[in-house]
Amino acid sequence: MMGLSPEIWAAVALSLRVSALATVVTLPLALGVAWLLVRRRFPGRALLDALVNVPLVLPPVVTGYVLLVAFGPQGALGGPLAAVGVEVAFRPLGAAIAAAVMAFPLMVRALKVAIEAVDPRLEEAAATLGAGRWAVFRRVTLPLALPGVAAAAILGFAKAMGEFGATITLVANIPFQTQTVPSAIYALLQVPGQEGAVVTLVCLTLALSLGALIAAEWFVRRWRSRDD
Amino acid sequence: MIEVRVRHSWPGFTLDAGFTAPRGVTALFGRSGSGKTTILRAVAGLLDAEAAEVRVGGEDLSVLPAAARGVGYVFQDGRLFPHLSVAQNIDFAARFGRAVDAGTRAQIIEMLELGPLLARHPRNLSGGEVQRVAIARALVSAPRLLCMDEPLAALDAARRAQVLPYLERMRDVVDVPMLYVSHDAGEVARLATSLVVVRDGRIAASGPVEEVLADPDAVPALGPRAAGAVLQATVVDQDGPGGLTTLQLSGAQLRLPGVAAPVGARVRLRVAAQDIILARARPEGISALNVLEGRIVRVRMGDGPGAAVSFDVGGDRFLARITALSAREMALSPGAPIWAIVKATAFDPGGIGQ
Repeated sequence: MMGLSPEIWAAVALSLRVSALATVVTLPLALGVAWLLVRRRFPGRALLDALVNVPLVLPPVVTGYVLLVAFGPQGALGGPLAAVGVEVAFRPLGAAIAAAVMAFPLMVRALKVAIEAVDPRLEEAAATLGAGRWAVFRRVTLPLALPGVAAAAILGFAKAMGEFGATITLVANIPFQTQTVPSAIYALLQVPGQEGAVVTLVCLTLALSLGALIAAEWFVRRWRSRDD
Repeated sequence: MIEVRVRHSWPGFTLDAGFTAPRGVTALFGRSGSGKTTILRAVAGLLDAEAAEVRVGGEDLSVLPAAARGVGYVFQDGRLFPHLSVAQNIDFAARFGRAVDAGTRAQIIEMLELGPLLARHPRNLSGGEVQRVAIARALVSAPRLLCMDEPLAALDAARRAQVLPYLERMRDVVDVPMLYVSHDAGEVARLATSLVVVRDGRIAASGPVEEVLADPDAVPALGPRAAGAVLQATVVDQDGPGGLTTLQLSGAQLRLPGVAAPVGARVRLRVAAQDIILARARPEGISALNVLEGRIVRVRMGDGPGAAVSFDVGGDRFLARITALSAREMALSPGAPIWAIVKATAFDPGGIGQ
């Protein structure tokens, strides 16, 4: 660890912040979309399902390019944002957006599985007891799907931590500003004699991912046992 | 007073049923696939029927979503929330402003003997306990109408016998109108005050349970096993020879084994139509203990090999199901005297209730 430069530490800190932000913001949205796809029948459902999965099938560089076009200073989204002083391209916020977009389909997939596993007959029973749609979700669906929700969050966080192609396309690889851990590893690999730093960074990534996994497991256990 | 009208169709099946139910327990009776559960689901708002009208005390509930109807539902499979304790299950509806007062809640828990189970989790309950908790959960939500969809069907005979008395007590104690789906005539005879017979998506017969079950015209709809008289009787003697109980009907007595009720108790008794043998003369020297003398009211020749004979014994209306051949050979006709032989062992203890 000692051999790591401040530059690398900045990349670790940025990756953690970006991934946490991307996960926290995306999770409720992914939960809503997953619920819609599993529990509702509406026109355009197949289209929504396909749209959600687009970032999964596109090359990440292409996704990054699309985001760059959309969030660039002249883009459909970037223009209005720039007008209110929010810049996305080549900024840390852009890294979070790229990570969120790339993590979104994976999270929706995991959440769909989690919600599908909840017996809809229990939701029916809740409705006969006076629970409206939101209350059924809040009091029955969500608690029963919680382990799956935690798994989806871990998956999303891990994907965000590892995101490279879309991130580097949208925000480049600027040390201390937009350089995430994968970008830093990539940069180090370009320079001869940095193998030691690369190995350290790889180990650090591994430790962080495992830590997130253990933390989520602990959270689910604690939540489950709170009534016993 | 409950008024229900439901129309709904699937490929190959049309449900078009309308009936009214007085206070008390109204049984929806019929074979599986006849549409009983569909009616109940439409009443509770769980099925978006093509056309449905559900009036309780004049108010139309069908415009409301399930959560706003105030219709309690006890499912065949309990459906307790696995992430909540028994107490939390029972109080689930209170979160949404639907709860009886604390005194009534305590009464319901006492009535269903759930006190020792409150802290447990559903996974640690037996099948019968699950159903008792499900019933309490529905009752504590202060329903204006309670739907029960074969709440005993998932239980074995022994557990069913354990839970039935709770349901009887509930019928007598709780002043909530109930729709009770069942395909078990014994259960219906014990619990229901009125009966709606559902057949192929239509109402085949309806009325007070004693009348419909003993109606010769309802036999095809009920099925030959279900038809039979439902009678009120009083226990007059519990220490008869051989451990027999003597029951006083309106004008006759029956001696039966194994009636678990004290002297003086009023019981409901079902005498299945297929358990009666008819004779034109007083039978002599036979082993059956119960020979009742009556008068034929009506003979209905069935479409098949059977015939239904309605006869009166001292004010009680009985129904016997015999073959059409016997009915013709015996020249049974209304007004003629008749002797009915009822085997004491034919009585299903499950068909005798409070």
